[in-house]
Amino acid sequence: MHGRTATAAAAPRAEQVWAWLKSLADPEIPVVSVVDLGMIRDVTVHGETVEVSVAPTYSGCPATEVIEQGVIALLRDKGIADVRLRRVLSPPWTTAWISEEGRAKLLAYGIAPPAEATSRRAITGAALKLACPRCKSLETVQVSEFGSTPCKASWKCTHCLEPFEYFKCI
Amino acid sequence: MTKDQALVRYTFRLGDNALVLAQRLSELVAGGPELEEELATANFALDYLGQARMYYSRACELEGAGRNEDDIAFLRGEREFENLLLLEQPNGHFGDTIVRQVLFDSFYLLQLEALSQCGDRGLADIAARASKEIRYHLRHSSQWLLRLGDGTELSHSRVQESLDRLWRYSGELFAGDVVDGILQKEFNGPDLAGIREKWHAGLEQLLASATLAMPEDRWMDSGGREGRHTEHFGYLLAEMQYLPRSFPGARW
Repeated sequence: MHGRTATAAAAPRAEQVWAWLKSLADPEIPVVSVVDLGMIRDVTVHGETVEVSVAPTYSGCPATEVIEQGVIALLRDKGIADVRLRRVLSPPWTTAWISEEGRAKLLAYGIAPPAEATSRRAITGAALKLACPRCKSLETVQVSEFGSTPCKASWKCTHCLEPFEYFKCI
Repeated sequence: MTKDQALVRYTFRLGDNALVLAQRLSELVAGGPELEEELATANFALDYLGQARMYYSRACELEGAGRNEDDIAFLRGEREFENLLLLEQPNGHFGDTIVRQVLFDSFYLLQLEALSQCGDRGLADIAARASKEIRYHLRHSSQWLLRLGDGTELSHSRVQESLDRLWRYSGELFAGDVVDGILQKEFNGPDLAGIREKWHAGLEQLLASATLAMPEDRWMDSGGREGRHTEHFGYLLAEMQYLPRSFPGARW
């Protein structure tokens, strides 16, 4: 009843593991999964062993360990006894790793997704124009470069007057 | 010293720099001059702490002596830390903190950019990751330097004093020793003389925009690379290591 079916226990295929991981929510932004965020780099299955490569976002992000424990707990719950994690630093995670689906989910949740490409210009924030996730107005201003988590900045819309968060480009 | 020993020591030093600065900045949590800075310094401290953990893990792995990142951070004495003296200086007033950040991060960014091409893959990967964060820090602290320097008469004079006072710790950034030498030669590590030139040129431009005067090079303090610290360091370490020293093996 907890997903411990005989078929799952008998060596799942990598696609199956990816599908499971797609349901694993980010602990700080629960509308997106760790797959949407581009944190899962690779899944390999060797017999009974499943190895998952995880790319941390920010160096000091406290969510990284929670996510790693979440991956292990999820896969154990699916009947995989031998789960191995590998931390991947190269190529480094950037906001360009967030999937189209992830960007759409962030926007629907009220967080402006990172500006398109990870260009130097976007990173340095030069002349950044963000649309309000609620009313779509471009009359928005940055309130603070920092927000509730290391990956976000605080903005507000001067048209609908609602504050919103922006997923910073890195 | 073998090249492998030099690599381990160099990587520990990077960790020491990051950890000591993380500890200093985290002292400002609940003590920032305004909410934005409260978040900024906490975010930056977290980045340095994460970087320190990566450096220490890598160094411990290379060292192969069975030590882990907690042993390195919490169970070493003062003389075993080889961080730059600039980073252990007290936060002082906000201008002091900003000047310390600008002086160090403008150096650290160049160091990381060079290290991202170095011969040790593990270290190169960490450097590539960290440089993205430091670029962001530097933008933030540079903007503050402009605002303080080109701000009111009072902010200008106070931040100029900070710069003049902390300048004596800037020489050490580039005073490489045998470890730096081996890293450059054997691992395609940073060329400190070249970095110094770039650092100086970048700083000159920033200070000019901030209407601040570049201090004159006089006597420079040093000793960090040999574990000789300023008097402030013992207090920092005492606070940071109190819990694991008092309650060895404590968990929660």
